[in-house]
Amino acid sequence: MTNDLTKLTIAEARDRLRAGDVTSVELTEACLSAIDAADALNAFVHKTPEIALDRARAADERLQGREEAPAMCGIPIGIKDLFCTEGVPSQAASRILDGFRPEYESTVSRQLKDAGAVMLGKLNMDEFAMGSSNETSVYGDAVNPWRREGDATRLTPGGSSGGSASAVAADLCLGATGTDTGGSIRQPAAFTGITGIKPTYGRCSRWGIVAFASSLDQAGPMTRDVRDAAIMLQAMCGHDMKDSTSADLAVPDFEAALTGDIKGRKIGLPREYRMEGMPAEIEKLWADGAEMLRDAGAEVVDISLPHTKYALPAYYVIAPAEASSNLARYDGVRYGRRAKLAQGDGVVEMYEKTRAEGFGHEVQRRVMVGTYVLSAGFYDAYYNRARKVRTLIKRDFEQVFADGVDAILTPATPSAAFGLGEMSESDPVQMYLNDVFTVTVNLAGLPGISVPAGLDTQGLPLGLQLIGRPWEEAALLNGAYALERAAGFVSKPAKWW
Amino acid sequence: MSIDKAQAAHVAKLARIKVEDDALPALAEEFNTILGFIEQLNEVDIEGVEPMVSVTPMRLKRREDVVTDGQMPDKVLSNAPDAREGFFAVPKVVE
Amino acid sequence: MLDLTYEPPKPKVIPGAKHDWELVIGLEVHAQVASKAKLFSGASTQFGAEPNSNVAFVDAAMPGMLPVINEVCVAQAVRTGLGLKAKINLTSAFDRKNYFYPDLPQGYQISQLYHPLVGEGEVLVDMGPGIARRVRIERIHMEQDAGKSIHDMDPNVTFVDLNRTGVALMEIVSRPDIRGPEEAAAYVGKLRQIMRYLGTCDGNMQNGNLRADVNVSVCRPGDYERYQETGDHSVLGTRCEIKNMNSMRFIQAAIDYEARRQIQILEGGGTVDQETRLYDPDRGETRSMRSKEEAHDYRYFPDPDLLPLEIEQDWVDDIAGALPELPDQKKARFVADYGMTEYDASVLTAEVENAAFFEEVARGRDGKLAANWVINELFGRLKKEDHSIAESPISAAQLGQIIELIQADAISGKIAKEVFEIAYTSGRDPAEIVETEGLKQVTDTGAIEAAVDEVIAANPAQVEKAQANPKLAGWFVGQVMKATGGKANPKAVNEIVQTKLGL
Repeated sequence: MTNDLTKLTIAEARDRLRAGDVTSVELTEACLSAIDAADALNAFVHKTPEIALDRARAADERLQGREEAPAMCGIPIGIKDLFCTEGVPSQAASRILDGFRPEYESTVSRQLKDAGAVMLGKLNMDEFAMGSSNETSVYGDAVNPWRREGDATRLTPGGSSGGSASAVAADLCLGATGTDTGGSIRQPAAFTGITGIKPTYGRCSRWGIVAFASSLDQAGPMTRDVRDAAIMLQAMCGHDMKDSTSADLAVPDFEAALTGDIKGRKIGLPREYRMEGMPAEIEKLWADGAEMLRDAGAEVVDISLPHTKYALPAYYVIAPAEASSNLARYDGVRYGRRAKLAQGDGVVEMYEKTRAEGFGHEVQRRVMVGTYVLSAGFYDAYYNRARKVRTLIKRDFEQVFADGVDAILTPATPSAAFGLGEMSESDPVQMYLNDVFTVTVNLAGLPGISVPAGLDTQGLPLGLQLIGRPWEEAALLNGAYALERAAGFVSKPAKWW
Repeated sequence: MSIDKAQAAHVAKLARIKVEDDALPALAEEFNTILGFIEQLNEVDIEGVEPMVSVTPMRLKRREDVVTDGQMPDKVLSNAPDAREGFFAVPKVVE
Repeated sequence: MLDLTYEPPKPKVIPGAKHDWELVIGLEVHAQVASKAKLFSGASTQFGAEPNSNVAFVDAAMPGMLPVINEVCVAQAVRTGLGLKAKINLTSAFDRKNYFYPDLPQGYQISQLYHPLVGEGEVLVDMGPGIARRVRIERIHMEQDAGKSIHDMDPNVTFVDLNRTGVALMEIVSRPDIRGPEEAAAYVGKLRQIMRYLGTCDGNMQNGNLRADVNVSVCRPGDYERYQETGDHSVLGTRCEIKNMNSMRFIQAAIDYEARRQIQILEGGGTVDQETRLYDPDRGETRSMRSKEEAHDYRYFPDPDLLPLEIEQDWVDDIAGALPELPDQKKARFVADYGMTEYDASVLTAEVENAAFFEEVARGRDGKLAANWVINELFGRLKKEDHSIAESPISAAQLGQIIELIQADAISGKIAKEVFEIAYTSGRDPAEIVETEGLKQVTDTGAIEAAVDEVIAANPAQVEKAQANPKLAGWFVGQVMKATGGKANPKAVNEIVQTKLGL
């Protein structure tokens, strides 16, 4: 049945494609059908069936060929709308980029394309990647395929990579690209019961990805399991001369590192992550996770990351500041939407109206906060101070790693997925608290992965996060692999769409 | 640091985002909530700490001085809301 | 290293209605780096291309674009710094200067505020023989140039061409050491000369490759000396910035106007507002550029897309080792080695190509003679026809031949000028011209004697006059010269006339 094809992992599909069991065209058609039947999830916002089938056919030919095809060849995936894909709408889920079709392809999506992966379409997200619930998109909310037991309330898939998470969890594609600035891969992965990894800052090229916060953004894969994440990450990363912050380091074989053997590895549990008012379920899951790793032979120790509580405020100075500058180019002059002007409007009116109409409320707010913290008289008080705190946060991790800790285990999110619209009345800071466990990792530039580890009392998935040493994604993935095996999370959302 | 309506208007102007006069008080309040949250940073002792300048310190890569790009005015202009005779057109700028 | 000694020029004094005033001037000169590609993109820097054709997606600030630095641009800035005897900072960083303008696609300019590539240096500005102003350089930093906004193609629309966006600029910031309009223009000229010698900027002001923002304030006599003692800038008066000046003539005119404007305000009891102004050459006045409210808040912060720039001392040393001889050195050497005046040395070293031409002419020949010919004959002629030295129809070797012919007494100075003219217009070798046209100086005493005898015989009355008044012997020399078609060696003629007249 075509439905079953969409349930394949990347690893399984890879094997069956080579065995001649299935073709990329079959896989792709199965995904396209699933996508068409899943409009209620609003995960795919620009469907590209023709491109998909073209690439599938090419992949099939390549798989027949004599040369060994890359692992991602023929695998149907979704691309987050934040990535510029040549000739295909790339809007960062914003009205201000309405109609924008790039004349270039982002490095990461091009690498996937060159490896033979099949792009099914563009995926929903929070506008300009600013959000934790995919509720700020010009395309409308993305919806979590998971529901609370006996409850038809539509839930958030998390954000900003909400569409990516939803699509992978609902078996609309075998994997999806996401980006993570403060948790935007890991948090939605946790909310939807899938795996998502943000690599070390500089592992993946940022060229061609709409910039939100330059010193924090990283692309990463969102997949069914850890092996798939390893395979897809392999295809996505690597040095890019066009990105000056891209690391000129060889990419090790991530999949080869998945032995599951973590005997003797030291896992740290940071006491500062035990937050006041943390739901009991999350605490239990965390403790269970620690136990699982202990059973697998790791040494689990308490550690301290003293500046943890300042990570969120530091993030909400640095990210908006960089964003305010990165988003200055959206001005209606060279691309995207320009506001309709009144008689006598000059260029300043054009800017002001275009940006007021084109940017959603959350984006406007962050751009203005960022403008404020950089403005005359406040630079030292806010931006400079935040960068110093960032140094301290990074130092906390360096200290812990120097003491012999190999990875750090924390909850991925402070709750399970909440209802869409549930947080609309709260003040903005409440929404920001969703990222409390994940932002530290972006501030320190470390690799972090979210692995689904259990269900809450309402049947919603919960995830655990592992944080690794810089550049040691291989070890991190292996630790996650061990955790995944121990947790044995196999639940899937019941199909209601 | 508390922001009033006038400051909120000034920030909106700097950011080139038109905010209606009646929306300014709400905006100012949102700013204040966020800034209130950020105030926590003042608790940290940053004496002698260098601000983080690069996340992963490495040598800045340089390009060779070779022309490898450009010569594609059509592609540069293809997404423009108003392109005329090879130029981007905007409402008249008054110096 | 050779060095000439100088005295500073007296500061210009402007008499106001009530008092005397002095000027304080500082300049920020923007020089476009000579490179093939732009500072952070691979698009071409070539002038005059079709609109928006030297534009990469990075320059157009398309979504997701990122800067990558051009190593030659960095080297050129280092070279310029070394040429201005400045400190090279091995670590520097890039900052974003944020503001909105249609020809600034990113909405920010990548510049260097906090940690520039080059630190303090100095320039010696020649103001006449033995007089020069030492101008301190505060810093040089790299930054992106903006595009071009064209306001006069349409009444309602501004057209934007991004060809120039992202071209590398060096911003050279001086301290307020300049004390007059002529000094200011000369300072720009000196910078231009140094950079042309170094090959780091072509100095083409017409194309806008070299432009200056001029900061002007006025103060009372004595105030400047107080500033020098205390370092307190406030005694220098409130300054105004006149932006984007790309003509040395207009720089002087603008400073003059601005000084008088400020003096008028101050003598009227008012205060000068610190503001940015533009010079209007048609009206000959400066006018305010921005309203007071629009004071720019650039919100500088370190560019997170770029890491700090670290350069190695070895690399800097290599560049230093390969620097060409600079104008001041070359001028001092010309004075010392060729025995020419400082003025002549200035003229010959104004452009490095001219100096090279001269040295080729002078090689193995009389330097003073060569200098005289290059400056007075060649340069004069080239200027008349608006040719540069590169377009000179007479080559250095050919001019050298003329010098040699004169030195060998083969032709007189007067004949040499004729030969020069023929060579200039025909491109023929002077030696060949002299041979073919038979212009060789007649030195054969026998022939000269015969000619003198003829003139003496034909003019007995003149002989008597000359014998009475020896000064009149010159007439005979002139006649003999005419009779020999100017080819007789005048010295020999004179001697023989003197002898034959018995003087």
